[in-house]
Amino acid sequence: MEIELSSQQIQAQEGFRIFAQNEIAPFADQWDREQAVPAEIIEKMGKEGYLGAVVPGKYGGGEMDAITFGLLCEEIGRGSASLLSLLTVHGMVCQALARWGSGPQREHWLPLLASGGKIGAFGLTEPGVGSDAKSVETAAVSSGDAYVLNGRKQWISFGQVADLFLIIGQCEEKPAAFLVERESAGFSTEAIAGMLGFRSAMLARLFMDDCRIPAENLVGRIGFGFSAIANTALDHGRYCVGWGCLGLAQACLDASLSYSSERKQFGSFLKGHQLIQQMIAEMIAGIKATRLLCYHAGYLKEKGDPSLIMETSIAKYFASRTVLKIADDAVQIHGANGCSEDFPVQRYWRDAKIMEIIEGSTQMQQIIIAKSGYIDYAMEKRKQRRRAKSGD
Amino acid sequence: MTAETIKEKIIDHLAQSVADADIPDDQDIFASGLVNSLFAMQLVLFIEKEFQFKVEDEDLDINNFNTIAAMVGFIGRKTS
Repeated sequence: MEIELSSQQIQAQEGFRIFAQNEIAPFADQWDREQAVPAEIIEKMGKEGYLGAVVPGKYGGGEMDAITFGLLCEEIGRGSASLLSLLTVHGMVCQALARWGSGPQREHWLPLLASGGKIGAFGLTEPGVGSDAKSVETAAVSSGDAYVLNGRKQWISFGQVADLFLIIGQCEEKPAAFLVERESAGFSTEAIAGMLGFRSAMLARLFMDDCRIPAENLVGRIGFGFSAIANTALDHGRYCVGWGCLGLAQACLDASLSYSSERKQFGSFLKGHQLIQQMIAEMIAGIKATRLLCYHAGYLKEKGDPSLIMETSIAKYFASRTVLKIADDAVQIHGANGCSEDFPVQRYWRDAKIMEIIEGSTQMQQIIIAKSGYIDYAMEKRKQRRRAKSGD
Repeated sequence: MTAETIKEKIIDHLAQSVADADIPDDQDIFASGLVNSLFAMQLVLFIEKEFQFKVEDEDLDINNFNTIAAMVGFIGRKTS
């Protein structure tokens, strides 16, 4: 068993880190205040190939291995959790299309998405439907060579600027997924401002009022909109968020190490106080444990192992809970300064809370993780019974 | 690969995914609530890894996946 990055992965990580340090981190607080990211940073991410990272090479993408892509999410998340959400939702659309899109859908959209020429966003959540995602009310009706959609979507990251939306709705009373272009007749968006965290993620409400789209914009088959298409996207989302939490946690640790090395109280630097050391130690241990879970999920993704679904959930669950505790301690170490806009830790804390809610809340992860534990237990008991019966 | 071998592999996989291991060949595992939607993704990954073919978008038909017998038939057709 080896847990070690390859030389190519280390080299890629260095490139991601330099990009995030130079192009993202210095501006992230300003973007947070303005509640928007400039178009230039999205273009730069496109030029670097980050937006096409998960797209197969034959469609112009980078076809990054899972670990390298995780490292990218980590570094972008370290710079700005809001910008990580662009990588997340855009990647969710790419991943769902690469996996379940028709030939013409893949050939048309994936090169555009890979280059960043078109930005994708994921439309699942509705004003009345959050965790109970299978109960979405957006309705699609077949009408000749088109589908007509009616419904609302809420909290859609980068919904203010996305060109292409993967919308999950119901058709013939079954879950179905559709591609909806911004220019579609009957489609409109409205910016959402004043969020606690992810303030520059350019959230929007989506409105579909007799929104007419071509019949060929159905993704996959009716009945599989949630189990196959949405779940493929959400699995990718959870993977991104898990790694992004790792980056955000590292940013909290970096800030705390720096501040506690420079700030003096009671005649000595904060780092000399044992209660500060306790928080730093907890941060370091939490980050290392999160990293191992993310590596494991990435390793399983590379193998295409079915257990990757559950292990990615566990990684996201642990990472999001851990980063919130770490961000909380980072603010505590900074004291009143940590609550001021002069220091980024207040943003880290606000963004960390969002991590526990997006792509499956902590409580939803707990339900499925606990259930898998009972299944494992039942399987072990069956094995024991079989062994006892055969006399082994 | 014989239909019996395919069936054994499917039953082994189901045993890792559901608490109740004794599932009749013709029981609809989705309609009966034996599995959740995450299982569908695990099932696709299992089929692709174990039987070495890609489940395509046109294969997304519930009648290919909803019972053990349906899965045996689907995998048999794809691998023949």
